[in-house]
Amino acid sequence: MTRVPERPGGRGAEPLAYSISDRRHLTPAEVLSDTRVLAGRQLRKVLRRPMYVVFLFIQPVLFVLLFRYVFGGAINTGHLSYVNYLMPGIIVMTATFGSMTTGLGLTEDMAGGVVDRLRSLPISHAAILIGRTAADMVTNLVTLVVMIGIGLLVGFRPSQPIYDFILAVLLTLAFAYVFSWISAWVGLASKNPETAQSVGFIWVFPLVFASSAFTPTTHMVAPVKAFANVNPITLLTNAARDLMVGGHSATAPALWALVWMVGLLLLFVPLAVRQLRRA
Amino acid sequence: MSELAVEVNGLKRSFGDVHALNGLHLEIKPGIVFGLLGPNGAGKTTLVRVLSTLLQPSAGSARVLGHDVVADQLAVRRRIGLAGQFAAVDNELTGRENLIMVARLSRLSAKEAARRATESLERYSLADVADRRASTYSGGMRRRLDLAAGLIASPPLVLLDEPTTGLDPRSRQELWDAIAALQREGTTVLLTTQYLEEVDRLAERIAVIDQGRIVAQGTPSELKDAVGQSTVSVQLTNAADQDAALAALSQHGIAVGAVDIQRPSLDDVFLELTGHKAEEPVLEQA
Repeated sequence: MTRVPERPGGRGAEPLAYSISDRRHLTPAEVLSDTRVLAGRQLRKVLRRPMYVVFLFIQPVLFVLLFRYVFGGAINTGHLSYVNYLMPGIIVMTATFGSMTTGLGLTEDMAGGVVDRLRSLPISHAAILIGRTAADMVTNLVTLVVMIGIGLLVGFRPSQPIYDFILAVLLTLAFAYVFSWISAWVGLASKNPETAQSVGFIWVFPLVFASSAFTPTTHMVAPVKAFANVNPITLLTNAARDLMVGGHSATAPALWALVWMVGLLLLFVPLAVRQLRRA
Repeated sequence: MSELAVEVNGLKRSFGDVHALNGLHLEIKPGIVFGLLGPNGAGKTTLVRVLSTLLQPSAGSARVLGHDVVADQLAVRRRIGLAGQFAAVDNELTGRENLIMVARLSRLSAKEAARRATESLERYSLADVADRRASTYSGGMRRRLDLAAGLIASPPLVLLDEPTTGLDPRSRQELWDAIAALQREGTTVLLTTQYLEEVDRLAERIAVIDQGRIVAQGTPSELKDAVGQSTVSVQLTNAADQDAALAALSQHGIAVGAVDIQRPSLDDVFLELTGHKAEEPVLEQA
């Protein structure tokens, strides 16, 4: 290319296709439209990199095999078979780890300059994060469905009504959405993808393992047990387990899990948006 | 238009102990290509980031087409296009998808976004690769796509932060052609660069930035004239004329094979204006 064709009459001759608005704030319809465009972009990217989704399964599948066939026999779960005890925990773990991709993706976008480009456009900063987290929720739903399928293959047998089961999946998905915002904040606060890779995951490990996801908390040492019993992942896992395979009433743990979710969302949405403004 | 495209007063921005912008004043009239020339770490990128509302100033003020970059961010963002050395394009998306996304987020309708994307791809010689992923593009193609994205909504002010840094000569020429076309169409362009040749070719006015301040301003010729004498080297057709050449040149017509006029280089300009060399490492902020 050595020659740039000009439009007939040049730019001055073509009227702007839109007039520049002078409203100081965006309308909710505009924010919604931006969110849709940005979520669409993210989902399209995921579809183009199917391996990326496959990687999301590898770790949970290994955990299923390890706990189902290696450690499981040694873990006493009372009246529940271990596979029925394990799978709700695995599903919660998969969702939690899946939500960590939000932060990783954002650091990637930051390093590539895409975040700067988006921030220089007349859109709401919140829409950038709402679009991203919404798209990640869709990806998460797909991974959850696959993990449930894998659970059924290794002997997981849900015993509760289907609507209870669906409620458990929705609760887990909502929880993952909340964790996406925490992950977004961590990712935006860490300045490079390498840091995000390590820091981004470290904080979820104690939450996932010092919980009732793999073993009952009863036999944990006292301080760990105290932590595990208030850990939102324990509460969510207990609720999901009760809704899937029965045992206790799911009401109390589900309500406490919801309290956690609302609290974390109220804290981390503003934190993440503020961090994006500074990015 | 009487209002200034860019009006910067006493702008400061520090990163810890580093004063990236240190009381910078700048005025840019609308409709011109304005070249901001400076070495790494002089504050070029920081200025562009403040003007595009990506970064808050520590002190001072900046207005873009009459709108304050702090108080009126949305109004500023509606009026600017940003492109630069990092080519902020989505690798997994095609060139067309990248442009449509930016157009949609600039509040163009889906139909208009698609129309403009096609037109831009044509204009920037990307039509052949429009539906290939940007990850398959060459460096020059990525920059052109980035530029096209910055321009898709026809913003009245375009901020180009070192758009040709790291490009091969041919890609650089292509980008220069694109910038020259913008100028013919009356778009205001703020172009930052480390290359004197670039602003010399493209810019009507140049400001030299060093350590967060503007140290000189003027037309390209004015700046270079302020620095010193040009060098004229003459290549003679007959070597035997050599001795007579200098004396004769002033009065008689001597057969001359080539004349090369060497104007002051970027290094000369810098050395003269700032007292230090352009390449001298200065702390660079992100």
